[in-house]
Amino acid sequence: MPRVLSFFLLCVLAIGNEPLRAAPADLHDLDQVMAMLAMRQHGRVEFIEQQFLAVLSHPIESSGELRYDAPDRLEKRTLKPRAENLVLAGEVLTVERAGRRRVMALHAYPQVVPFIESIRATLAGDRKALERLFRLDFAGTVSRWTLTLVPLESKVKQSVSQVRIEGAQDQLLKVEIRQPDGDRSLMTLRPSTLP
Amino acid sequence: MNVHRARVLVVWLGCIACAGVLVARAHYSTDLSAFLPAHPTPTQQLLVDQLRDGPASRLILIALEQGDAGSRARVSASLVQQLRKDPQFASVNNGEAVAGQGDREFLFQHRYVLSEAVNAQRFSAAGLNSAIRETIDNLASPAGLMFKSLLPRDPTGELLNIIDQLARSPQPESRDGVWASSDGTRALAVAQTAAGGSDTDAQSRAIDAIRAAFAAAAAELPQTAANRVQLRLSGPGVFAVAARAKIERAAVRLSIVSGILVVTLLLLVYRSLAALGLGLLPVATGALVGIAAVALGFGAVHGITLGFGITLIGESVDYSIYFFVQSRQARGAADARSWRQVWWPTIRLGMMTSVCGFASLLPSGFPGLKQLGLYSIGGLIAAALVTRYLLPALLPAGFKIHDVTPLGLRVGGLLQRAQNLSGRTILLCGAVLATLALTLLYHDRESLWNRELSALSPISADEQNYDAKLRADLGAADVRDLVIVSGPDMESILHGAELAARALQSLVDEKAIGGFENPAAYLPSMATQESRRSSLPSAADLRANLNQAVEGLPLRADRLQPFLEDVEATRHAALVTPRDLAGTSLSAGFDALILHQKDRWNALLPLRSAQAGGNIDLNAVVAALRRGQVDDARVLDVKQESDALYDNYLGEAIHFSLAGFVALTALLLIALRSPRRVARVLAPLVLAVVTVAAGLSLAGVHLSILHLVGMLLIVAVGSNYALFFDRQANSREAGDEALTLAALVIANSSTVIAFGLLSFSQVPVLVALGTTVAPGTFLALLFAAIGASAAPSAHA
Repeated sequence: MPRVLSFFLLCVLAIGNEPLRAAPADLHDLDQVMAMLAMRQHGRVEFIEQQFLAVLSHPIESSGELRYDAPDRLEKRTLKPRAENLVLAGEVLTVERAGRRRVMALHAYPQVVPFIESIRATLAGDRKALERLFRLDFAGTVSRWTLTLVPLESKVKQSVSQVRIEGAQDQLLKVEIRQPDGDRSLMTLRPSTLP
Repeated sequence: MNVHRARVLVVWLGCIACAGVLVARAHYSTDLSAFLPAHPTPTQQLLVDQLRDGPASRLILIALEQGDAGSRARVSASLVQQLRKDPQFASVNNGEAVAGQGDREFLFQHRYVLSEAVNAQRFSAAGLNSAIRETIDNLASPAGLMFKSLLPRDPTGELLNIIDQLARSPQPESRDGVWASSDGTRALAVAQTAAGGSDTDAQSRAIDAIRAAFAAAAAELPQTAANRVQLRLSGPGVFAVAARAKIERAAVRLSIVSGILVVTLLLLVYRSLAALGLGLLPVATGALVGIAAVALGFGAVHGITLGFGITLIGESVDYSIYFFVQSRQARGAADARSWRQVWWPTIRLGMMTSVCGFASLLPSGFPGLKQLGLYSIGGLIAAALVTRYLLPALLPAGFKIHDVTPLGLRVGGLLQRAQNLSGRTILLCGAVLATLALTLLYHDRESLWNRELSALSPISADEQNYDAKLRADLGAADVRDLVIVSGPDMESILHGAELAARALQSLVDEKAIGGFENPAAYLPSMATQESRRSSLPSAADLRANLNQAVEGLPLRADRLQPFLEDVEATRHAALVTPRDLAGTSLSAGFDALILHQKDRWNALLPLRSAQAGGNIDLNAVVAALRRGQVDDARVLDVKQESDALYDNYLGEAIHFSLAGFVALTALLLIALRSPRRVARVLAPLVLAVVTVAAGLSLAGVHLSILHLVGMLLIVAVGSNYALFFDRQANSREAGDEALTLAALVIANSSTVIAFGLLSFSQVPVLVALGTTVAPGTFLALLFAAIGASAAPSAHA
């Protein structure tokens, strides 16, 4: 379960391909990026995701589209290798595949609540709220940056050891999630060309 | 006289003691067996068992309203968490993921005998290849990633298969992680009690537990207006508890009020406490003897008999009124002997006509009605005998009641006006009224009777609509249509359920039905488990197949050693029994679908319609079962079947009542020896009955079986009135006319008060009795009086 959410955290952080708006030049680069992320109302990107799992000899690949609507709705449509639709709305995660629908409530899993709060904090451009849950490490400049998030809570650490996001201005380019067992996933994003 | 008095007293006390013993030792039942036919067909037996203890009877629907969606969701989560720890509930669900750690371990351990996907083909090289390929594809998704750690042990994804096969029912709407109504205004949850729905005490405790858990959950929220969440419950058990409370409340309140009113009336009339006390002896004795008669005749006394019986023998209060007033106790001279000669034969005949009427309830297939019939017969005979023998013996010396002659004279004065009319005019008026009433009844004949069992339900239409709304939102959890597979033991019905499920799945695929539940999805039959177990290849074969299967897949066979070990372990492990299931929360779902009768086992497969609230074509279901060669399977439409049962009772009761009327006519013909006099006695009664029926129909009321009982009461009580007028008109020894009129007016007033009050109750069956009997008896008296005074010299 936490894995699912860590994924979502990244998705939320990852989306963004609308033009940059003018931002006050006197802010710190991180604050500037956060402010830009918070200003977005909608977003749509294509993704290619690779999972590097120790149990498998080759990485597995999936691809599809991510959509985001402020303040709290994120949708991941996987098209390959098999169709699946995930929606995170409020505190509810809905998974649809092969005509079946599963609904999961986040608050039934207290260890994942910080993820949700961090997502909301990020969307709100609330760096302080984000820092309550993660240690933030920002490198680079607004035009090309890397944000590394390390969970502070031990429960969260059991499923995710580190999240690394690469971006340019308010566009996210790559998201990498590392798991404590050494498995990792890498998602590469680009503007959507899907109809 | 003293010896006689002592003898009468001893006999009475002896009878009371015997009846008391019978009443004390009788078995009282409050369950639905009152509605079960005496010789039920297997389907009817199933129907009643189903209503009594089946899964539908144990559902409590929980709705949380008001407040904001977030507060409702939090209260729902906390409420459900508390209730899941309570052993009173077999299961509690609000849409949150339920499969706990223990359940998951159980399913995982037994996955190769529980998963429907397991067969010999599954473990061939090709089968393994496609199953493992699918599992790897699943890993690409975050949802599948949850099963990553299980891959070495479960590369074919059987756990996911089992979870899917258990979660086939469509889920209700969800808001903030918990079930919600489609318009989002309320959060929903479903609790299933461990006790059957007919155990009203247990249902009541379960409801209290839910309320307490809700109060605790609501207290956790900060107290702001937005958080003010409210609880509302529905479901059969909730209805049963509410109905019981309502009937008890109504019965207690109404009997207190009508008791006070009737006692006040009698005190005003008699102005004597002794008369009041003595006057209640017949009815009290009648009630006791009535219950004793039922206990003796049926073994068990139904709650419904106790509830309504006493209203049926209200006539016995009249007996003492007639006795006191007509035997001229008012004049001081205890002229009981002349009363015995002049009036007793009339009361006896009135009592016998009533017995004739109530006897028509005896052959009914509806045990509740049968018992009411026997109760009334026993009660009335006892009350009449007490009036005849005990009251005269108990009258104290110098006993005196207030002289009611002025009352009689005043009433007589009113009736004088009718005397000015000719008999022909009155006959014409009666004929016009009867024609009007009958025309109206004929016009409404299609909708005259309510043929649905819900006619007897004390639950208001509002509450029923609310219940239907909740059920629709919850995905039609209304267990209305069922396939029932019966057999001599658990194994046979699970096997039958598997066959039936296969047939029903074809209907789901054709979209003829929306889905179904199946106990074998929780626990397959031993035969099926055995065939799955024996389809598992030996360790060597499996290894060879696996090596071949992983070619071209990003997975090395040596990583799947735990899989080989688990399959080998399953080949030597025991099969899953109901006992194994009992330790898990899955047993609740399973138990709810198994109905154990004395020597029969039944597997229940509730069907869901393709659209919410839609109907299911049961013929298609029957045909599919036949195609699937499912023996011992039956299709039960609970609502249709129970309505048919009730409709049958109603039709029967109407026929028997008509037969009772014929018998009553014959009795009067024998006693009065004059068709003309019999017609005079019966005409006002028939006119009263049709007028009341037409009036009710005009008011938009659909008549139920209780209205029919009310009509019997009109005839039973009214026949006394008519016979007194007949006696007055045809006997030279006729007593004081004014006194007779007074006695009738007093008796009728007490009847109208008692039944009139029932009309104000919230309980439909009581309202039905009240609105029929109160106007009916009044009209019977009025018509009989007008008819009699219009022909004062009929005998001359």
